[in-house]
Amino acid sequence: MTGPTLYALTGAALVGIGFFGLISAQHLLRRVVAFNLIGSGLFVFLGAAGARSGASDPIPQALIITGIVVALSASALAIGLVVAHARASGRPTLPEEDGEA
Amino acid sequence: MNDLATYAFTSIGLFFFVAGSVGFLRFPDVFSRLHALTKADNLGLGFIALGIAFQAESWRLVALLFLIWGLMLLAAGTMSQLIARDALRERDGR
Amino acid sequence: MTLVLDLTLCALILAVALATVLGGGVFRAIVFFIVYGLLLSVAWVRLDAVDVALAEAAIGAGLTGVLFLSAFGKLSRIGAEAEPPAAGIRALLPAALACAGLTGALAWAWFALPVPERPAPDLATALPRAGIENPVTAVLLNFRAWDTLLESIVLLAALIGVWMLARDEDWHDRFGLPQHVRPGGVMANFGRLLPPVGVLVGVYLVYVGADRPGGAFQGGTVLAAVGLVAALAGLLRPPRVTQIVWRMGLVAGPLVFLIAGIVGAILGAGFLTLPEPIAGSAIFVIEIALVASIAVTLAFLVIGPPEQGHRE
Repeated sequence: MTGPTLYALTGAALVGIGFFGLISAQHLLRRVVAFNLIGSGLFVFLGAAGARSGASDPIPQALIITGIVVALSASALAIGLVVAHARASGRPTLPEEDGEA
Repeated sequence: MNDLATYAFTSIGLFFFVAGSVGFLRFPDVFSRLHALTKADNLGLGFIALGIAFQAESWRLVALLFLIWGLMLLAAGTMSQLIARDALRERDGR
Repeated sequence: MTLVLDLTLCALILAVALATVLGGGVFRAIVFFIVYGLLLSVAWVRLDAVDVALAEAAIGAGLTGVLFLSAFGKLSRIGAEAEPPAAGIRALLPAALACAGLTGALAWAWFALPVPERPAPDLATALPRAGIENPVTAVLLNFRAWDTLLESIVLLAALIGVWMLARDEDWHDRFGLPQHVRPGGVMANFGRLLPPVGVLVGVYLVYVGADRPGGAFQGGTVLAAVGLVAALAGLLRPPRVTQIVWRMGLVAGPLVFLIAGIVGAILGAGFLTLPEPIAGSAIFVIEIALVASIAVTLAFLVIGPPEQGHRE
């Protein structure tokens, strides 16, 4: 098994782990963390695909750097919304999970 | 000769890392754990940097390695102080 | 030998990712996530993508970690940091199976995809015309300039979104929460020692980005982090929304990028296409403006909307 394949499978597993975290977590901050796991798993998958032919390919690398910055922007906005929601409702969870929706 | 020095110093460095990790797992409270972690790990990192320095192709790389070590010392020292102060405040009930 | 290294690294990454998702407590999840980001940046070095490794360590692990930790602090202050009891194993089993299926499908896709023969042959012929040596920077600022222009606008949009969450009565205050630092204490001294080195590293990363790993995003992130450390140490008071200089800094990058794109169109090369003779110097100017905007935007995103008067 070659290096890129190993990292691609790791990336695939990270996407699965991240999705499980997104579904199973109740605390919204934890969901944002899981969302970041999914994103970085996909980046690893894409980066491994770029390294597959032997030499490293700069185009996926540039796309991934763009992706990392966009993921940070989305996380910052999501975290801001989580804090605002918790301040307004007193709870860090969505209303339908408090069993009183 | 250089390879031998690298093996020797990185082994010493790894020994300190292991010692620091054992201390981290076995010591009873936050303060002694911090003590084990910061002191042993910083020393271990220094030895590993020294070991890798024997493989460096230029003096510039050696300088960079030790700049990294210095920054780690600064960061780890500051962080352990801050964590310890927070733990102390928590123990004394603020 | 290297296979052993790769296997160990991948096993560690997966174990830490599992601990992030399954471990008890939000704080623990955040700490594991930061460790995960640092391990991942080692993986990027192994994949021969040093530019990505720098971005992942600085942005993915560093700034995202600070964002999570400061949000956790804000939630703790209003007593919303504890987790509700998790659903039982039986309820989560279908989710676990579905996620395993997703991983399986991605793995299948990997083996089903055709293996490319050569990495982007078009790029190798185009690179000498890009005006810079580092192929990743060339792609970011020249060949796929559209992506980078829109990315800088996404950053700005996210910042405006975060600002919209500020309360009306806080709007004219300084950004972030008030910081209490003991004068002459450890943090204050750290804040004095680190910025000179940090500024040097940040500027160096931007400077070498033209022909070696580094670039506007990595360097800008380091500069943003320097600003944050200085603000946390109480040495730099965060600015206000109403200060025009900082708002100019926010839009400088996208604006210069757009102007360069329009100049390209006027010179007949097409919008956002840099003509070969001026490509090198145009990229240099765009990069400086971009670094300023990236550093200011990231620092403001992390420090959050003004809430100086916020007391719970």
